[in-house]
Amino acid sequence: MNYTQELGPPRSLLPLELEGVSFSAGARLIIDDVSVRLDAGRRTVIVGPNGAGKSVLLRLCHGLLSPTHGTIRWNSPEAPGTARRQAMVFQRPVLLRRSALANVLYALQVAGVSRNHRQQRAREALLKVGLDGLRAHPARVLSGGEQQRLALARAWALRPEVLFLDEPTASLDPGAAQEIEAIIAAMHGAGTKILMVTHSLGQARRMADEILFLHQGRLIERASAERFFKHPRSLEAAQFLEGELPW
Amino acid sequence: MVIARHVFVAALFTLAALSTHAQERFITVASTTSTEQSGLFAYLLPIYERKTGIKVHVVALGTGQALDVARRGDADVVFVHARAAEETFLAEGHGVKRYPVMYNDFVLIGPKADPARVGGGKDIVAALKRLEAAHAPFVSRGDRSGTHMAELELWKTAGIDIDKARGPWYRDTGQGMGPALNTAVSMNAYILADRGTWLAFKNQGDFTVLVEGDKRLFNQYGVMLVNPDRHPNVKKELGQQFVDWVISPEGQKAIASYKINGKQLFYPNAQDPAA
Amino acid sequence: MHYFSYIDVGVSSLPSAMSSLSQGGLEALRLIAGADPKLVQIVSLSLQVSLSAVAVACLAGLPLGAAIAVSRFHGRRALIVALNASMGLPPVVVGLLVYLMLSRAGPLGELGLLFTPAAMVVAQAILITPIIAALSRQVIEDAWMEYREQLHSLGETRLGAAVTLLWDLRFSLVTIVLAGFGRAAAEVGAVMIVGGNIDGVTRVMTTAIALETSKGDLPLALGLGMVLLVIVFSLNAAAYLVNETAQRRYG
Repeated sequence: MNYTQELGPPRSLLPLELEGVSFSAGARLIIDDVSVRLDAGRRTVIVGPNGAGKSVLLRLCHGLLSPTHGTIRWNSPEAPGTARRQAMVFQRPVLLRRSALANVLYALQVAGVSRNHRQQRAREALLKVGLDGLRAHPARVLSGGEQQRLALARAWALRPEVLFLDEPTASLDPGAAQEIEAIIAAMHGAGTKILMVTHSLGQARRMADEILFLHQGRLIERASAERFFKHPRSLEAAQFLEGELPW
Repeated sequence: MVIARHVFVAALFTLAALSTHAQERFITVASTTSTEQSGLFAYLLPIYERKTGIKVHVVALGTGQALDVARRGDADVVFVHARAAEETFLAEGHGVKRYPVMYNDFVLIGPKADPARVGGGKDIVAALKRLEAAHAPFVSRGDRSGTHMAELELWKTAGIDIDKARGPWYRDTGQGMGPALNTAVSMNAYILADRGTWLAFKNQGDFTVLVEGDKRLFNQYGVMLVNPDRHPNVKKELGQQFVDWVISPEGQKAIASYKINGKQLFYPNAQDPAA
Repeated sequence: MHYFSYIDVGVSSLPSAMSSLSQGGLEALRLIAGADPKLVQIVSLSLQVSLSAVAVACLAGLPLGAAIAVSRFHGRRALIVALNASMGLPPVVVGLLVYLMLSRAGPLGELGLLFTPAAMVVAQAILITPIIAALSRQVIEDAWMEYREQLHSLGETRLGAAVTLLWDLRFSLVTIVLAGFGRAAAEVGAVMIVGGNIDGVTRVMTTAIALETSKGDLPLALGLGMVLLVIVFSLNAAAYLVNETAQRRYG
């Protein structure tokens, strides 16, 4: 098959298409028949009350979970065994017991980046999140905000087409959260598609281009951020924005 | 990964260091706890090693076990003390030829107070009868060792069927000579021991020799080369060289000269064809 | 008062037990201070044998523990139960099995390893591999719960994840390795059978202690025992300090 391989840059991962995707854990249906197409460019933020299935939907898209029913299709899927072209940042960053720099280098190594490029790319990423000065520090003794910035640097170094974020600022103080939001915005500015779950309507207002509103596992509403916050179409979304649904 | 490689290399080096032991000339002798624990080998073997440069590795077990080790071909020479078991071993074809080496004797050990009043005389059979009648605590090796076999033979001579007569007073320990002596001392019990181990034994407490000198307490040691026809790994020349030395005038003299507190432990008798 | 009626036998041995203990302490000091060459030889053989056994057991046990921790397969639970149970393998049984394997009449008799230090390494390694595998499996699996999504997200394979976890948990694993070393160094039944307790060749601390006990030289046996304790204690103390410093440094 090698001779048919296309030359030039690979086709984009996006758009991502979900078709009739459901996910159940045991007897419990967590994602219920979600169909959606996600395009490159816009920052998509998933909101919804507690237990709506936001984090699970994100994990399904990223491939950490497999749907019980339905299909999830990338425009040009990652071939098995090749470097990932998407990354994810979790609510609590999982960092290895080594230096900040070594954590980024590790991700690059797993991604198959050649040894002589790793150092430069890692340092660049650390500079972008303002951690270059702390690169020799053990990652696990950094502050919460620094750890999350390091997780973002690790993701950024991979130069992903899509970045998934699962409540990345939920365990941080407002100052640290602001720094994180700035870094996400910068990554978006550099061309990465953002797909984020958040708990905070304020953050959604600040960061979203478009909103996916999830309720009881179903995708109730999809709208531009402006429109969603001003004129929600569904009753559930309106109640949610009024603070009448638990979240 | 670097660490793993270091560990691996270190392990290889250590194994290499350990295996250098295997490169020197040595023979393996399966022998009894009495020869080891009486200190005889610690005295005798350095003399032999200095003379010949051959190391002697002694595995000290009960006579029965020592013969079993040799039956599997895991020893070159056996040096034990149970005539009947040795004859069986030869008859099975595991040994080449048995040579008498030396003797000492068994003694009946007990507390100085001697509550069963068996001490003083020479008659071991009378003493055993009295022990059985009084149900005085008695510790048996119970491990198929030469001493154990001798003990069973003596009960038989005394007309006592120990399997029937045994009760809580008769304690079958399944231990080597030293541990059995430790048990007897801590339980205030009587015990049959070989004199060599008893003399070298340090935890004697208030115990003493109560019966000795009966010719039925005679304890003969024999030495044999394990049959190389049967067990091809046996080091025939080196093994026979050791056997020859032990029964030579020089080896016999060395055995006679081993003493603890001025007391001779073993009496060489390689010249006695009937031993 | 009626307590005392039980120990009429013990009363006479009580003072002697006390004096044995203090004599044992003195003996230990004398042995250590005098750097008795015989003792040095026995101690160094003990260390060589047990450290080699630990190295072998780590090479087998750590990858096994990590592999089980990160994989899901049919019969996994049964394997874990079996592994946990084999932490309690009776040393004498292991010794006997190794003896039968290595005996000239056994399947591996040609190697001529019986009654050599290598045989003792084999026996000890068999005893402690399950300990290292089972304990590391537990520790690695706990960490795997935490790391799994992140490592999957980065595209790490299960094999790569196992290696990463082993390295990331190195400080916790040191404690497990030491537990294995302690068991190996303190073990007597198996090495007695496969080593033969040959003076100067396969006599290690524990078999020397057993022999001196047999000879009734209880102070010397206790002295040797104390030396063994001091060695195991020092190793553990050193590891603990290293571990603590590292935990503080690396979190």
